Amino acid sequence: MIQFSPEKLDKVNEIMSRYPAGRHKSALIPVLHLAQQEFGGWLDTPVMDYVATLLKIEPIEVYEVASFYSMYNLKPVGIYLFEVCQTGPCMVNGSDAIIDYIKKKLNIAVGETTADNLFTLKTVECLGACGYAPMMQLGNNYREHLTPEKVDAIIEECRAKAN
Amino acid sequence: MSRKLLLEKEHVPGIRSYEVYRREGGYASVEKALKMAPADIVEEVKKSGLRGRGGAGFPTGMKWSFLAKPEGVPRYLVCNADESEPGTFKDRYLMEFIPHLLIEGMIVASFALGSNVSYIYIRGEYAWITDILEQAISEARQNGFLGSNILGTGFNCEMYVQRGAGAYICGEETALIESLEGKRGNPRIKPPFPAVKGLWDCPTVVNNVETLAAVVPIINEGGEAYSKIGVGKSTGTKLISACGNINKPGIFEIDMTISVEEFIYSDEYCGGIPNGKKLKACIPGGSSVPILPANLLLTTAKGEKRMMNYESLADGSFASGSMMGSGGFIVLDEDQCVVRNTLTLARFYHHESCGQCSPCREGTGWMERILKKIEYGKGELKDIDLLWDIQRKIEGNTICPLGDAAAWPIAAAIRHFRDEFEWHVLNPEECLTRNYGLAHYADPIHVPVMA
Repeated sequence: MIQFSPEKLDKVNEIMSRYPAGRHKSALIPVLHLAQQEFGGWLDTPVMDYVATLLKIEPIEVYEVASFYSMYNLKPVGIYLFEVCQTGPCMVNGSDAIIDYIKKKLNIAVGETTADNLFTLKTVECLGACGYAPMMQLGNNYREHLTPEKVDAIIEECRAKAN
Repeated sequence: MSRKLLLEKEHVPGIRSYEVYRREGGYASVEKALKMAPADIVEEVKKSGLRGRGGAGFPTGMKWSFLAKPEGVPRYLVCNADESEPGTFKDRYLMEFIPHLLIEGMIVASFALGSNVSYIYIRGEYAWITDILEQAISEARQNGFLGSNILGTGFNCEMYVQRGAGAYICGEETALIESLEGKRGNPRIKPPFPAVKGLWDCPTVVNNVETLAAVVPIINEGGEAYSKIGVGKSTGTKLISACGNINKPGIFEIDMTISVEEFIYSDEYCGGIPNGKKLKACIPGGSSVPILPANLLLTTAKGEKRMMNYESLADGSFASGSMMGSGGFIVLDEDQCVVRNTLTLARFYHHESCGQCSPCREGTGWMERILKKIEYGKGELKDIDLLWDIQRKIEGNTICPLGDAAAWPIAAAIRHFRDEFEWHVLNPEECLTRNYGLAHYADPIHVPVMA
């Protein structure tokens, strides 16, 4: 059964209180972030339907938003999602080599998840860290000035956390 | 060393916290502004000559004065913190390290515009900055600068941070409003402009982070004093985020009186190009603005030194100039391939097109595919003309400026680097193993001047 914890429901109500009466649909994007975080890192259809019920909107209103924004995962992802930027300024600073390195190291292609379900590799477009390139997003944070050594350390860090 | 108005206190330890920020003179502009008439604040901003720092450079005071004020209808201020233009990371710096400066500017602007609920729409990836801003808002609230009856003046203002979820298009103000309403970020047809019909159909002003932060020194020092910094219509200071092949990538606050050459080579700014490499090209204002070869970047077609301000960067229009844009300054050295760089930008715009208008939805993907062909040695000479033709058919034919933003970088790359594209086509194998190099792109050029 898909259900937010009482604390998370309080959070949903707090988010809804930020908008004028009747404008609660504005809570959709923040609540989808919350849902993705709570329910396994991606938005399965029942999760989106649950969000629709919570916000008293039609499921289609949730689907069309979830499919528009690139941060919502509509397929399962590994526990650690590496989102490596590949746009111009990162490319100039060697992002292609970093992406290749991660592919080799984890033995997966872009868009794939490792067999142990720990890592997913995604390429993304500009994350606004051009001066600290190459970089990737991991969870709620950025990892910047990436080198093969740094990538190794990040992978180790994730493995240690998962154990 | 040019004068700093926004980043003056960036190195004060603890400036992120309310206590330190306040001790350093923070929130003085709120105390001053709340004693002024809202219309006088708008007047000060007009006098300052402040131009929108998000990219368009539209005069902020004028934008504020367009706000409709129908009786009994709420008005909204929305801060555009959806910084997503490749090469641009200045707003992030400001929010991450001096969050109270934005909150302070927003309180003043909210009072001037009559907004009792103001929102900061921040790109979803800046998740940790959302926490920093929410912390700053709660501190400002605890200290009586937000909430009801601020400083006993009867002015009420609440402020909330809204995270996006990964969509460049939401930096376009009407797409941002749609997103803030919980919808896909599809830009609206204008008119009506947000000043008349914006968030929840109410009059709305959308301003960039840096623009709102600049309101603080404008109120503290007066619009006229602010207008005397800089040159001509480029008043005040501008944050430049510099990246690419430079020794010191980062954020620099400039007063718009320095030359592009000084900005790239001076140790005070970018510190030159690493490994003794030569400058090949530069995109001076974020990925959407025209790329310039080294020669046209440093010297205008008229033979004048090009300066880091709105007018000088645009000198020569698109034929031989570029734009200040968002201040995302991307430097490419002699080893970089303009075709590959243009391909990554085309891929970016294809990915970010909202899909509403066919010229942009179809055209951006088509341009990406052709550029890919050329980059990987499978292009034909006619592809270059086809690219030119497609970009021309996108520009001006879409609801929002994303179409233009996707077209301009490609047009400029072909305009100035056509021989590099041709070299790729004519040397399909060699182009896979080496880049075209500097070629003649830094040579002095002679442009005949009409008498």
